[in-house]
Amino acid sequence: MSSIPSLDYLDRLEAEAIHILREVAGQFERPSLLFSGGKDSIVLVHLAKKAFRPGRFPFPLVHIDTGHNFPEVLEFRDQLAAELGEKLIVRSVEATIKKQKLRDGTGKFPSRNPLQTYTLLEVIEEFAFDACIGGARRDEEKARAKERIFSIRDEFGQWDPKRQRPELWNIYNGRIQRGENVRVFPISNWTELDVWRYIQRESIALPNIYFGHSRTCVVLPSGQLLGLSEHLTLDDDDEIVERQVRFRTVGDSTCTAAVESDAVTIDDIIADLLLAKVSERGATRLDDNISEAGMEDRKRNGYF
Amino acid sequence: MDLLRFITCGSVDDGKSTLIGRLLYDSDSVSLDVLAAIENRPAVHGAIDLALLTDGLRAEREQGITIDVAHKYFTTPRRKFIITDAPGHVQYTRNMVTGASNADLAIVLVDARLGVIEQTRRHTLVAALLGIRQFVLAVNKMDLVGNDEAVFDAIVAEYTTVTRQLDVADVVAIPLSALHGDNVVRRSHKLAWYAGPSLLEHLEQIDVTEDVSADEPRFQVQYVIRPQQVDLPDYRGYAGRIQSGVYRKGDKVRVLPSGLETEIEALEVGQQEVDTAVAPQGVIIRLRDNVDVSRGDSIIVASSKPHVTRAFEATLCWMDERTLEPGQKFLLQHHTALVKASVSALLSKTNVETLLRSAAESAHLNDIVRVRIKTAVPLVADAYQKNRATGAFILLDEQTGATLAAGMIDATE
Repeated sequence: MSSIPSLDYLDRLEAEAIHILREVAGQFERPSLLFSGGKDSIVLVHLAKKAFRPGRFPFPLVHIDTGHNFPEVLEFRDQLAAELGEKLIVRSVEATIKKQKLRDGTGKFPSRNPLQTYTLLEVIEEFAFDACIGGARRDEEKARAKERIFSIRDEFGQWDPKRQRPELWNIYNGRIQRGENVRVFPISNWTELDVWRYIQRESIALPNIYFGHSRTCVVLPSGQLLGLSEHLTLDDDDEIVERQVRFRTVGDSTCTAAVESDAVTIDDIIADLLLAKVSERGATRLDDNISEAGMEDRKRNGYF
Repeated sequence: MDLLRFITCGSVDDGKSTLIGRLLYDSDSVSLDVLAAIENRPAVHGAIDLALLTDGLRAEREQGITIDVAHKYFTTPRRKFIITDAPGHVQYTRNMVTGASNADLAIVLVDARLGVIEQTRRHTLVAALLGIRQFVLAVNKMDLVGNDEAVFDAIVAEYTTVTRQLDVADVVAIPLSALHGDNVVRRSHKLAWYAGPSLLEHLEQIDVTEDVSADEPRFQVQYVIRPQQVDLPDYRGYAGRIQSGVYRKGDKVRVLPSGLETEIEALEVGQQEVDTAVAPQGVIIRLRDNVDVSRGDSIIVASSKPHVTRAFEATLCWMDERTLEPGQKFLLQHHTALVKASVSALLSKTNVETLLRSAAESAHLNDIVRVRIKTAVPLVADAYQKNRATGAFILLDEQTGATLAAGMIDATE
């Protein structure tokens, strides 16, 4: 008789995520997977392969292109979609701004992060998606720590933290009324460290900006480093430096700071993380520090 | 490295959020920017307010209480921990039920000055009802009773009468002070009379390995995979999670509720064929014969004979504002099976403070009631106390989809 496999914590997190992805496939008519090109959504794609191969994914990948994305990430996205042979839908924030006559991000570091919500709601309406799978994790932020794995949004995409359904055991209730949709977060219970350890174990390829490289950066007043790009408006006295950096998250290039790092392999990054004393969003996001309830407010308004 | 999921239960001022904050803080799991954010807030007793690490919603910070279930994570070299922080107040019993449904261990917090109170009984009852077997009695605020051993012993003795009543055998009691960090991560000389482990030491040491081979094999289909590709014209795989026990290639199996028998031709985990798979792995089962199987059906090893029934008794935690009365109809979600159901009778209600049962004609928000349920389609029904995976279900509102109740199967007819 064959021996009984023993499961470690990564196996258990993986099993939980695969179970959630298959519940989406089993319960919804028109699901989608929101793909940012960041490590969390790349891990989701890897999990989807484990959940559905040799079949096709029961959902397309959807990318909201802010127009401020890192070129390396867009290249990686197209290559991954081609390798997978799965459908990729790209919708741009630029087009939404024109169509809805929105005000573009202004100022020195024009962020399009809040504008993504408009494009996201547009694409949900265009394809009548009833479920959108995302790579958000509860360890990222305090409001996310309270969000369900199946999180119901009204027709305006709004999250109401006080009216959340109880989520019991691993029974996921995706039954919704017309106009509502569900955001699904299969890796809710993973931490940044778990994601990296899983990437290491599974040898998952990532865009090269996650690894240490030399980059021309602007030094922000806070001391954070922002990669130089055409979207920034520089002043004469801005300090421009060449540094060995990597990115811990991959968002809008205008609001995602780099961290100084010599870590060039996944092992280096994990070692870095075990020492790191600044959380992922705090280190790299310029937009969450605005108020203590920054993320709660954005989620209430339809954000991811 | 393994995984432990635990819930913390306590009353409003027991210092539960402070305890969690202390566990995260002293195990170096709080990052600098998060600390900076809470250090910007007014300090309590000169120390930073560790409770702010867990209260995530604006209303919670404003009111200084925990309303919703929050999840926190930390990792030591031995173990990954998932903390479910549930509110303690009686009006949030449903949130505690939710939190306990996903936990393997419960930390029941009491204030050393107050000892065992009604809420302590309720928290222990709910955790035990939801199938938690390992308990920690954390006697907090020992500093406020002069770190007195006699106070601690009296509380432990009183708590033992509660756990005996509920048949909870595995209880470890630890005296501590979350505010000062005594016996939370590190043992404290202030409580030198206590010879046991600190809370974290205990959480790291307890045995979480389960012998899955002793459990009845259960598997329910989530999704049917049919590539219909040129190279795989006849491939038909039943994707799902092994809910309990062990499955092997070649096992004789029965599809339920249809009763058709066949054999496992192949078992796949993550795109690879395997000989054996165990709960809670996600697998694809391919069957020898072309039998009719769809989402919600179970594939059960033929030597195991579960009850397949349309009527059973169950305990419900009622979670909705409306009143439950006999005869009402719902949707019942038993993992991937979604069927019409009715509550045909209310049998009794449990008083969550005295733990006593009495007759009931209706149930209201947060009530725990024993009911008789009838379903339109037969279910593979195990008693919850024997199988936490297949003994659990939820009731939904057919129109809105709202989750109305958590259900646990007691006995099948």
